[in-house]
Amino acid sequence: MTLQSRTSRNAFWPGFRLAVYGMMFGIVFSSSAVLSQEATAEVDNASTMLAPMLAPAAPGNVTVEDAPNDAGHAVIVTFSQSQAPADGQALVLGYEIYRSLARSGPWKKVGAVPSDVDVTASLIYKDAGGSDKSSDDYLPTETDLFYRVRAVTADSTLYSDSEVSAPAQAVGQWWNSGRNPVFFFVLFFTLLTLYFLRVAKQRGDSLYIRPLAGIDAVDEAIGRATEMGKPILYVLGLGTASDIATIASFTILGRVARKVAEYQTDVIVPCYDPIVFTIAQETVRTGYMDAGRPDAYRDDQVYFVTQAQFAYVAAVNGTILRDRPATNIYLGKFYAESLILAETGAIAGSIQIAGTDEIAQLPFFVVACDYTLIGEELYAASAYLGREPLLLGALKAQDYAKAVIVVLAILGVIMSGLGYEGFAKAFEAVG
Amino acid sequence: MKRTVPIILAVSTASILALVFFLNRDFAMFFGVTPDDIKQEILIWVTIIGGFTLILGVVSILQVNLKSFSQKKPDRWYSLVTIISLLVMAIPGIFPGPETEVGKVLYTYLPSWIGVYGSQNGIIVNWLFDHLDAPMMSTMFATLAFYIASAAYRAFRARTLEATLLLVAAVLVMFWRVPMGEAVLNMVSPEIPEWINMILMRGVNASVQRGIIIGAALGAASMSLRIILGIERIYLGKT
Repeated sequence: MTLQSRTSRNAFWPGFRLAVYGMMFGIVFSSSAVLSQEATAEVDNASTMLAPMLAPAAPGNVTVEDAPNDAGHAVIVTFSQSQAPADGQALVLGYEIYRSLARSGPWKKVGAVPSDVDVTASLIYKDAGGSDKSSDDYLPTETDLFYRVRAVTADSTLYSDSEVSAPAQAVGQWWNSGRNPVFFFVLFFTLLTLYFLRVAKQRGDSLYIRPLAGIDAVDEAIGRATEMGKPILYVLGLGTASDIATIASFTILGRVARKVAEYQTDVIVPCYDPIVFTIAQETVRTGYMDAGRPDAYRDDQVYFVTQAQFAYVAAVNGTILRDRPATNIYLGKFYAESLILAETGAIAGSIQIAGTDEIAQLPFFVVACDYTLIGEELYAASAYLGREPLLLGALKAQDYAKAVIVVLAILGVIMSGLGYEGFAKAFEAVG
Repeated sequence: MKRTVPIILAVSTASILALVFFLNRDFAMFFGVTPDDIKQEILIWVTIIGGFTLILGVVSILQVNLKSFSQKKPDRWYSLVTIISLLVMAIPGIFPGPETEVGKVLYTYLPSWIGVYGSQNGIIVNWLFDHLDAPMMSTMFATLAFYIASAAYRAFRARTLEATLLLVAAVLVMFWRVPMGEAVLNMVSPEIPEWINMILMRGVNASVQRGIIIGAALGAASMSLRIILGIERIYLGKT
């Protein structure tokens, strides 16, 4: 058994070795075959890369049209992209737009557009030039312009030019139709105001206007100051004389000054802007004169403080804490100082009336003041105080215009909800 | 005449500028002058007028504070500090710098400290501004944090239904804005921060803000129209 076993083992080993050698050969051979295949592929690739690339297909259908609704120094260039690169053609990265005053050139590059993944999509370029003849980007109006589009690749030597476009001209339109919605609203509002001015003239001051608590409080506050024998502090804010909120504040200051003069109390007006200071001085003086008490007016009632925001705040706060005015009125443009002023006034125990059209400052005034005129109420205040028929008429028109806007907004929500986007777009101002 | 001419000027200027808004730029030209040219010219005039009114302003400060000091009012020392501060800032400011031709001559006769505060720190006005004015203004601004706290304390007392709603909304928004608060809200439910953003901020808050903006714009338009129509004449000093 042992012998047999040895014999069979001796017979087994040569066959096993042969099989192992065969496998090793097979592995080596197959590896070398794979390597040789890869090598061949690399050579093929290398030969492909080294082969000269072809220029891309040219873009086409270059059309040029005048840009609508402008001053006449812009055109819109539309073109179809180059076809997808065929074998050997370079990939298009983008398109350069060239302009010339003659079909034969010379050409000037005016812009570029990146290529789109979807090569079937047409691309648009707006060539908006300047109106200054001496400037480099000048685009002449009512002159024939020719355009050409160049497909560019990573290789600056490989590109393709389109055909030259048909001539086109940039023509100006004197009326900006993109602002038609604004124009029609201004027209409507003006007519509405004129109508109510006429009504107000006929009815006098009997025209009904909605009550505003903040305005009613002004008279009450002046009366309180008179009773207490303390002054009224009137702050016009940090706005300049050209701000509409400051102009509205001047009108209220005028009415307050007249009442103050009638009640024989005192008003203090510290000013931030020197131009505002001079106008405020004139307004208060006129208010005293209208009340028949020019002798009661003093120059130190209205004074300039500083044009540094927080230095102004420090000065006004000092006045509030030293003079303890019975009433503080803050009307106009206010920024970060609004809460510092209003809180100091609250600490001093004054009645406070504030009003601004600065959205960010309104919460601070609402929190710290007794009455706050929110946004448009500031502009309505002068008409309330004056009770002049003409001003009341304008105020009535403002209310009706607001009602119309509310109705249109509700309609817009309903129409948009139903999928009629055209209604909302009709009110969209462009440009 | 004293009032007619300014009214004609105001009404015609406002009407032209309103009309120009609806015209394209090249066509909004009057006798070869564009609205931009007019605007630039007006800005120059405003600067000139502003310069003169600033002189009037300085006169006003001196007048008010000198009167207060001379009348021996209890707070007269504040007036004295104001006058001294004004002079300390103004006098070195109007002196020419040592690098100018006038300055070179001037400082041979005057002590150098009038215009210069050491070679390292530049002109005294800059030094005063950087080391006194700016820190003092920053301090005033910093007090805003305390005023916000005191105003919030008063506003968030839940006395009425509206105040309670304000309190709840404010607490939710504060939680959402502060990173730690947002993390806590996320732990409760990841949808809460998004809900606060969508319902409170982009819903209620944005719509109310837009309402106020529309109202204010309408009020400003009405005011402008009153000026154009000559109804509002406050810029003439008429009340």
